[in-house]
Amino acid sequence: MADSNHPDLSRREYVGIDRLEGPLLFISGIHDVGYHELVEIHTPEGPERLGLVLETSKGAAVVQVYEGTTNLSLKDTSVRFQGEPLRLPVAREMLGRIFDGLGRPMDGAPAPVAREILDVNGLPVNPAARTYPTRFIQTGISAIDGMNTLVRGQKLPVFSGSGLPHNQVAAQIVRQARLKDENESFSIVFCAMGVKHDVARSFMTHFQETGVLENVVMFFSLADAPSVERLVTPRTALTMAEYLAFHENRHVLVVLTDMTNYCEALREVSTLRGEIPSRKSYPGYLYSDLASIYERAGMVEHASGSITQMPILTMPNDDISHPVPDLTGYITEGQIVLEREMHQRGIYPPIAGLPSLSRLMKDGIGPGMTREDHPRIASQLFAAYARVKDVRALASVIGEEELTPLDLTYLKFGDAFEQQFLSQAEDENRSIEQTLDLGWKVISILPREELQRVSDEDLMQYYGK
Amino acid sequence: MKPIGRVNRVLGPVVHASGVTGARMMELVEVGADRLIGEIVRLDGDEIVIQVYEDTTGLAPGAPVYGSGHPLSVELGPGLIGSVYDGVQRPLDRLKAGGYLIRRGVRVPSLDREKAWIFEPCVKPGDLLRGGAVLGTVQETERISHRVLVPPSLGGAVKHAAEPGLYRVEETIAVLETESGEIALTMMQRWPVRHPRPIAGRVVADRPLLTGQRVIDTLFPVAKGGTVVVPGGFGTGKTSVEHQLAKWSDADIVVYIGCGERGNEMTHVLREFPRLSDPWTGRPLMERTVLIANTSNMPVAAREASIYTGITLAEYYRDQGYHVAVMADSTSRWAEALRELSGRMEEMPAEEGFPAYLPTRLAEFYERGGQVKTLSGKEGSITIVGAVSPPGGDFSEPVTQHTKRFVRCFWALDRDLANARHYPAISWMDSYSEYVPDVTPWWTEKGDAEWAGLRREIMELLQKEARLQQVVKLVGADVLPDSQRLILEVCDLFKNTFLQQSAFDAVDAYSTVEKQVKMLKLIVTFYRLGRNALDQGATLIKIKRMRILKEIRRMKFNVSNEEVFKLDDLQSRLEREMGRLGEIYGGFQSS
Ligand SMILES: Nc1ncnc2c1ncn2[C@@H]1O[C@H](COP(=O)(O)OP(=O)(O)OP(=O)(O)O)[C@@H](O)[C@H]1O
Ligand SMILES: [Mg+2]
Repeated sequence: MADSNHPDLSRREYVGIDRLEGPLLFISGIHDVGYHELVEIHTPEGPERLGLVLETSKGAAVVQVYEGTTNLSLKDTSVRFQGEPLRLPVAREMLGRIFDGLGRPMDGAPAPVAREILDVNGLPVNPAARTYPTRFIQTGISAIDGMNTLVRGQKLPVFSGSGLPHNQVAAQIVRQARLKDENESFSIVFCAMGVKHDVARSFMTHFQETGVLENVVMFFSLADAPSVERLVTPRTALTMAEYLAFHENRHVLVVLTDMTNYCEALREVSTLRGEIPSRKSYPGYLYSDLASIYERAGMVEHASGSITQMPILTMPNDDISHPVPDLTGYITEGQIVLEREMHQRGIYPPIAGLPSLSRLMKDGIGPGMTREDHPRIASQLFAAYARVKDVRALASVIGEEELTPLDLTYLKFGDAFEQQFLSQAEDENRSIEQTLDLGWKVISILPREELQRVSDEDLMQYYGK
Repeated sequence: MKPIGRVNRVLGPVVHASGVTGARMMELVEVGADRLIGEIVRLDGDEIVIQVYEDTTGLAPGAPVYGSGHPLSVELGPGLIGSVYDGVQRPLDRLKAGGYLIRRGVRVPSLDREKAWIFEPCVKPGDLLRGGAVLGTVQETERISHRVLVPPSLGGAVKHAAEPGLYRVEETIAVLETESGEIALTMMQRWPVRHPRPIAGRVVADRPLLTGQRVIDTLFPVAKGGTVVVPGGFGTGKTSVEHQLAKWSDADIVVYIGCGERGNEMTHVLREFPRLSDPWTGRPLMERTVLIANTSNMPVAAREASIYTGITLAEYYRDQGYHVAVMADSTSRWAEALRELSGRMEEMPAEEGFPAYLPTRLAEFYERGGQVKTLSGKEGSITIVGAVSPPGGDFSEPVTQHTKRFVRCFWALDRDLANARHYPAISWMDSYSEYVPDVTPWWTEKGDAEWAGLRREIMELLQKEARLQQVVKLVGADVLPDSQRLILEVCDLFKNTFLQQSAFDAVDAYSTVEKQVKMLKLIVTFYRLGRNALDQGATLIKIKRMRILKEIRRMKFNVSNEEVFKLDDLQSRLEREMGRLGEIYGGFQSS
C-alpha cells in the first residue's frame, strides 16, 4: 500500500466528478490513487456510499460504486480515497447476525467490536500449505452420501434451474450435515446475492426453527439492492468464513446463492467498461474471477478449521453448457445437478444420477471412513443407472413390449432406484449405512451376473439381503 | 536494479509506465515499493507496458519502475527435483514458512543457496569443452544423477576443476578459458524462459512412452518426444489422465504444470507422490517430479509464464540426456491468460477474443517437445501432454482446433462416457494417434509379434459396433443375427475389461506391456473363436453362458502385473472351451 499511502492525501475530499455511467464513476484532478483502493462517496443528502478503484491513471480514476449511482450528481458528489482496499472488521460475535454485502449490520443492532480487520479480497492460499480434504460429511441425503459424497473442505455447487427446489435441498444439507461419529456441527456463513426477500426470509425462519440461528452469519445483498453490491458480497462472506475457519479453528459451511446473479452483475460492469466480451457477453476473465471466490475453500496446515463451500446457481434455460455453470464446473470439485424432469415426476430431491459428481469422494469413502463396500456399490449403481437411461431411450422408440426380459428388469431397477433410493422426505435424515443398505436393496432387483463392479465378497454379504 | 521510469496507469495486471529510457522488450522489471515483478511487453517511445506477475492492489501512478537488464529467467541446477514452484519459479514449499497465504513482493531464491551437494567432477584442466558438455555430476535424488552442464553459449579450455566434494550452488566448480576471458562456472545457470534451449539436432521418435494405461498404450500410443492434446469438458478426466501419466509413465523426469487449476489438485500430488513409488525403479515418485503450481486464484500473468517456466526446466533435464514428460493442465487457462492480458492491452481480438498470435504461441510451445540429440551428443526427449478445457465441452473452439494442428496425438474425452463412469473417458471413435506406425516395430518386438494385427482387428470391431449401435437404438438388439450380436458382445467385453481402467484400484491402475498384450489377445481370440463356433452352429446364448467369461471380465482386477502367466492359462482354457463348443455343434451338423 506504500505507494498511495499519503495520509494527507487520503483524507482529501474531492468535490465534483466528470462522468457517471451505470455503476461507474469517472473522476479526474485527483492525486495518484492505488488500484483497488476503497472509495467513500458523499452527497449532500443520503447516506455515504462505497466504491472500488477499477482503473487508475495519472490524476484520474474509474470507480465502481457498490450502492449504484442513482441520484448522484456531477457537481455535488464528493469523493474520498481511503488509501487501502475494502476491509471487513470480523469477530466471532458476528454469528447470529445479519449484514449487508459490505459487512454493515442490517438487523438494527450495533456492529460488534472487531477482533480483526481483514482485506475482503483475501490472498491466495499456498497449495503447498493446504491439507487435502478427506473427512466424510454425512448429509443424510442418499443421492449425495451414497453417490456424490461430500467431504469437509470441498467446494461442491448445486446446479439448479428456476423453480427447482435448490433452496430446500440446501436447507436440508445445512440442517443435517454432520461428520460421522461426531456431533460437532458446522458454523454457517450464508451469503445471498440478488435473491428475493421471501427466499432470504424462508432461510432465516428455517435457521430459527431448527435452532441453529446463533451459529449462522448472514450477508444479504437482495434483489432490490444495487446489482454491483453483489460483486463484493461473496468476498465479504468468505472473509468471515476464513476468519472463523483459520483464525478461530471452526468448521464452516458456506452457502452462496445465487452465483448466476453475481455473474450477471459482473457482466453488467464489464459491458459498461467496453471490455471485449467472451461467450454470451460475459467477460473473458469470468473464470479467474469465479476462481477467486471458489478457491477460498478447503483446509490449511496452519489451522484446524475448514471451509466447505456450497455455491448454488440457476442454469439459464437449464443449460449446463451456459458459461456460469460451465466455468463453475471447471473450478469446483464436482457438482450436484438438479433435474427438471425428475422434479416434474415428483421426485425429491431431484438430483440427477449421471451428471452429478463429487471428485473428492474417492478419498472420503471406504473402510474406516464410510463402509468397505461403498466405492464398489456406488460404481455399480452408476453403471446400472446408465444402462437404465439407454433402455428407457430404446423403449421410447420401440415400445416397452418389445424389450428383452433383462431390459425390463433394468427398467424395474431404474424405478426403484429413483423412487426408493434417490427419493426421500425433506426431513428424512438417513445414516450412511441406511443409504448403502438401500442401494443394495434396489440393485438386488438385477440378476447377480449383471453386477460386475462389486466383488464376490460384497455379493455374498449384501446381495438380496 | 535502477529506476527506469514511473507508473502512469494501472489496469489490473497490466501496468503502463512513462518517461522510460533504456528499457528492452521482454525485460524483467520490478514495480513500486513492493517490488512486484513484471515483464515489459510493449515499448512505444518513452512509454512501456508491463505485465505484472503479482497482484497490483494498491499500486498507484507515480510508483517507480526498476529495470533488471535481463529477460524473465529461471534458475537451473540441483534442487529442482521434488520442488514445487509458482509460475515464475518462486519455491512454494519454502515460502510456506511465512504462513499459508502467498503475500506480495516476497522473494526467496528458486534454488536453495545454503544446501551443499556432493559434486563429482568429470573434467580436468586442459580439457576442451563446448556448450552443453558435462562438467560433473551430483546425485540429486536417489534415482536422478544430475549432470552439471557448461551453459550452452560458453566453451573453452578448463583452467581449473574443483575437487570432488561438497559445494553450494553458487560456489565455483570450474573455470573456463573462453574467448572473452576466464569464466567461473557454478552448478547453477540461468536461462530465459521464452527461448528454447539449443540442441544438436532432432531424431525420430520411435519408442513409446509407456503409460500403463491400456487405452493409451494399445490404442492411441504416444512416442517419447511426442506431443498430445487431451481435450474434455469439466469433470471428464483430463487431470486424472495427467496424474496417471505422471505416476506410471516410464519417463525419467516428470514436470507437472498446474496452470490455472485447483489448489487441492496440487496438494494431492504433493501428499501422494512422496508415498507412491513407480513400477520402473521402485523409488518414490517425488524423486523424479517437479511441480509448477500456478493455481486459478493466483495472478493471471504468472499463469501465462508458468508454461514456459515448466518447459524450460524440462529442456534442462533433456539436455542432460533424460526422457522428460511435461504435463500441462490446462493449456486453455494459459490461452485465457493470454486473452485477458491482450484485452487489457487493447489489442485487436481475433476468434472468441483470443489474440491473433494464439496459434503461433501454441505452435512455439509444442515445438519445444521432441526427441533430440543434445549438445553433448546424448539422446533426450520431451513428451508434452497438454490438457484443453473447451467452453461447454465443444471441441470446435479455437484452443482445441489450433492445438490439434500442432500435435500428433489426440485423446478426446467424451462426456457420455464420463457420465456413465466409463474411465478413462477417452473416446475410441474420436481419438487418434499418428505415432502408431512409429512405435509398431517396438511393440512387435517387445510386446507381441501379432500386435499390429490384434490392434487393427479390435479397432475395426469397435467401428462396426458403432454402426450396429445405430440400428440397436432404433429396433433393439434382438433383431440382429448372432454374428452381429457377437460383435456387440465382444465390444462390450473390451470396453468393460480393457478400456475401462480404474485409477483407484491398486491392481488395475497400471498395466504392464505384457498384461496389455495378453488381455488384448484373449479378447480378440474370444471373437475369432466365437465366430467359428457360430459358423459351426453354436448359438450366442451358449457362448455368453461360458463360465470362463466371468473370469475374463475380472482378469484386470484378479491378475496382477506380477502374475500375468495366469493369463496364458486363461487363454488356453478359452481356446479349449470354445473349441469344444464348436465341436458339439459341428458334430450335430455333420451327423
Ligand atoms: N481413470 C479413472 N478412474 C477412476 N475415476 C476417474 C478416472 N478418471 C476420472 N475419474 C473420475 O472423474 C472425476 C473428474 O476427473 P478430473 O478431475 O480428471 O476431470 P477434469 O477433466 O480434469 O475436469 P476439470 O476440467 O474440471 O478440471 C475424478 O474426480 C474421478 O472421480
Ligand atoms: Mg482438471
